[in-house]
Amino acid sequence: MAIDYNSRIPNNVNLSDNRRLQRALEEWQPKFLDWWQDMGPAGFQAREAYLRTAVSVDAEGWAQFGYVKMPDYRWGIFLAEPEAERKVNFGDHKGEAAWQEVPGEYRGVLRRLIVTQGDTEPASVEQQRLLGQTCPSLYDLRNLFQVNVEEGRHLWAMVYLLDAYFGRDGREEAEALLQRRSGDDDKPRILGAFNEKTPDWLSFYMFTFFTDRDGKFQLASLAESGFDPLARSCRFMLTEEAHHMFVGETGVGRVIQRTCEVMRDFKTDDVRKHGVIDLPTLQKYLNFHFSVSIDLFGSEISTNAANYYTMGIKGRFDETRIGDDHKLTDAAYKVLEVDGDGFREKEEAALTALNERLRDDYVADCARGVMRWNQIIKRHGIDFELKLPHRAFHRQIGQFSELRVDPQGRIIGQAEWDARHHEWLPTDEDRLYVISLMKPVTEPGKFANWVAPPARGINNQPIDFEYVRA
Amino acid sequence: MADSQQNGAALVDFRTEPSQYKHWKLSIDGPVATLAMDVKEDGGLRPGYELKLNSYDLGVDIELHDAVQRLRFEHPEVRSVVITSGKERIFCAGANIRMLNQSAHGWKVNFCKFTNETRNGIEEATAESKQTYIAAVNGPCAGGGYELALAADYILMADDGNTSVSLPEVPLLAVLPGTGGLTRLVDKRMVRRDRADFFCTIEEGIKGKRAVDWRLVDEVVPRTKLAEEVRARAEAFAAKSDRPANAKGVALSKLARKIDGERISYSHVEARLDRAKGIAEITVHGPKAPPPTSADGIQAAGDGFWSLALARELDDLILHLRTNEDTIGMWVFRTNGDADLVAAYDAALEQHKAHWLVREIRLFLKRVLKRIDVSSRSIFALVEPGSCFTGTLLELVLAADRSYMLDGRFEGDNRPPASIRLTSMNFGPYPMANGLSRVASRNLDEPSRVDAIKTLIGNDLDAQAADEAGLVTFTPDDIDWEDEVRIAIEERAAFSPDALTGMEASLRFGGPETMETKIFGRLTAWQNWIFQRPNAVGEQGALKLYGTGQRAAYDRKRV
Repeated sequence: MAIDYNSRIPNNVNLSDNRRLQRALEEWQPKFLDWWQDMGPAGFQAREAYLRTAVSVDAEGWAQFGYVKMPDYRWGIFLAEPEAERKVNFGDHKGEAAWQEVPGEYRGVLRRLIVTQGDTEPASVEQQRLLGQTCPSLYDLRNLFQVNVEEGRHLWAMVYLLDAYFGRDGREEAEALLQRRSGDDDKPRILGAFNEKTPDWLSFYMFTFFTDRDGKFQLASLAESGFDPLARSCRFMLTEEAHHMFVGETGVGRVIQRTCEVMRDFKTDDVRKHGVIDLPTLQKYLNFHFSVSIDLFGSEISTNAANYYTMGIKGRFDETRIGDDHKLTDAAYKVLEVDGDGFREKEEAALTALNERLRDDYVADCARGVMRWNQIIKRHGIDFELKLPHRAFHRQIGQFSELRVDPQGRIIGQAEWDARHHEWLPTDEDRLYVISLMKPVTEPGKFANWVAPPARGINNQPIDFEYVRA
Repeated sequence: MADSQQNGAALVDFRTEPSQYKHWKLSIDGPVATLAMDVKEDGGLRPGYELKLNSYDLGVDIELHDAVQRLRFEHPEVRSVVITSGKERIFCAGANIRMLNQSAHGWKVNFCKFTNETRNGIEEATAESKQTYIAAVNGPCAGGGYELALAADYILMADDGNTSVSLPEVPLLAVLPGTGGLTRLVDKRMVRRDRADFFCTIEEGIKGKRAVDWRLVDEVVPRTKLAEEVRARAEAFAAKSDRPANAKGVALSKLARKIDGERISYSHVEARLDRAKGIAEITVHGPKAPPPTSADGIQAAGDGFWSLALARELDDLILHLRTNEDTIGMWVFRTNGDADLVAAYDAALEQHKAHWLVREIRLFLKRVLKRIDVSSRSIFALVEPGSCFTGTLLELVLAADRSYMLDGRFEGDNRPPASIRLTSMNFGPYPMANGLSRVASRNLDEPSRVDAIKTLIGNDLDAQAADEAGLVTFTPDDIDWEDEVRIAIEERAAFSPDALTGMEASLRFGGPETMETKIFGRLTAWQNWIFQRPNAVGEQGALKLYGTGQRAAYDRKRV
């Protein structure tokens, strides 16, 4: 089968000259398309969506807009432009030339990291596959599809690394990425949060704000990797990830905006009868998604994280901008730990505390977004503030997972948790209410009652543009 | 870490029972028992490490050992045993690395020895007690976790894209899978050596179909079908067992043990420690009354039946001395009692050997004697007037590195001169790790001599006859006795304990190699060497640095 690789699979990795990669992708690509048909957005495979496609990594090429049927989307393979003379910037190999091939010693570790990252990409497509049927607008529908195809492309990016650098084992892992299924008891996705359902659009916005932001921080620390192809892949993925978080932040913001309008117009807190989502319910969704997402950073004290760093495989967020020795052998880092009835910070070896450090960076980033949401509320003259819950609240992983903690960070007993968790996390009733609002709105320029229109359209198109057409 | 009592650490007690378990859940459903590993993170035997991801320390293995033992004695109806994990996302991560890292060399070695014995016991339960062990691997299974699964007769693994078996010791820790892992791969599961080589160098292990193709596991099953398939397999194995369905088990009550300064006493066994000399003088008392005449009577006597009580007490004493008394380098065995009564118990064990309980008692005695064989202590036996080294107890003489039998009487002692007596128990029921009886193991030069010795069964052999039959080492008379025995013991105490351990372990197992001798000899010796090497435990060694995130620096010289 002759494939015109350069037009079918836009790339900047010399695909047409790389026989090993061609052979791997000839096998994998049809399986990917089958997977996309099975697990991609249900009911919309034949529709044309106004999507951006990356055809090169320069300013011109990375965002080309046009109508496309999703199965025809040109998933490409792009690495950020190489940095001349790039070095390994941290760990034991600091100062050595960055690796262009996988160091044999780290083959297993690198492969596992790439597989774990890669597994999240198709997982979120699977989690979101039914959302299209309840879209609040064509604008949102198009954003969902954009997120989906780009998660697909991120899968391609990871598969490229597996196929190009890890031989037969890599090809097997690439195939296994298409075999696992979100929420499947027999073949679950690797990480817990990626087996949860995304049952409604509020959850989708929250997911793209909180969980995709975990992706941003993971990608950013992999973008520091001494293994140059991984670093360059992740750097380019980050440019796309930004849009996903934009969908989340503006999505939640528009829900808040709409709720505040109703509160102001009707001078009431009791907004459900007007068909919008009350702020306390938004707080509960926020509590849930934040707590599930910070679990993704792993245990506070982690040997694996320390090993990855020392090996030069996974760095810190903004590694090269940090002013220290980038080896951390003797450095300490403050980690929040349980101390009797409360919490206190304790100095731990910085190397083993790297997960916690990345989580700190993430929490600070989330807090900035929440602050912007609160400005919307404030602008409407409403006295209410959304807050990130305490980081020990509702945890499944790490030292806090054994505890019961309220959102303010008070350690409580099981009895109080049982009696009060409905105040802090969405109840079945809350979820049913939110789901009851999920009625499709597909007329260009129209929006569901519970969410405000965006400030502007995509790619300078008007808001009533037909973002998805028959 | 403090190794023993004298160094201030709490005494390790091997006596436990299911209601005391912190780490295992034992449940029984008809002929199938399930042992679910659910290790309590903060339940370590010593402070300083958390037992994450179902990793284990000696405390976890003591419970496993107890459970395996109780299943044999207390549950005749149990015909297959499923070992699985009680945790969601992990089967077992193996021995706890931080525990190993903070442990002194002796502790590591003793820990591995005990875990090895327990795994051998699991295999013996399958083969001899007809309780077939099955491993249901329901999550990642690494290192010692896979070695535990390897002890089972059949391994089922979840096929969920994540569960794998692995032996990551070499790439990750610069040590060996030392609990039989390497040996069982090639000798038991007959994994091809080149595949085993690859498997043992990849941290992430092997999952799914390839694990079956390479014989690493027997079967992979979709996660949601695993429980069902395990049950079906367990029932199929159970159907083949000869264990009685309606028999009543024998409860193993808590051993009454008294530790009073330098004296450790049980009902039939006592030990006196001479710390200055590093000697434990161990005396085993023979039975006071004849055995019940029927198998039902033995069953009714339960754990009070002398042979069973003796096995339990001796077992506990050996484990106690090994773990808590590591500066006591020499064990001196004596017996005291009526040879006829000992012979009568042996006759009961022989007459009723088809009875499930008697079978278990014989197997237990076999295991206790094997424990003596692999103990890193110099072992002497002293045969004096009043002793009862008969049959089962004569095995203590045969297990010893050296034995001294008094020729005649001590001055002023009017008891009859010392004698020893062979029973049928000396010719088969208690094989050593090499597969041979202890009598056969001392006649490797002329195997036919064993038949000649067999004709002596039932005779009271005095020192001269015992010497002629090659059953004792030296037979001094009362004038020489004091000096000869004293000098031999004092001389022994002066040698390097390491050299003695190596010498004794090499001399005790002549004859053929078995999987067990390879594990206790070859694999353990290599492991214990590696455990001392800077590449593992030096400041820059992989085991030492594990968990710090720092990278090991190896001395590249091959030795």
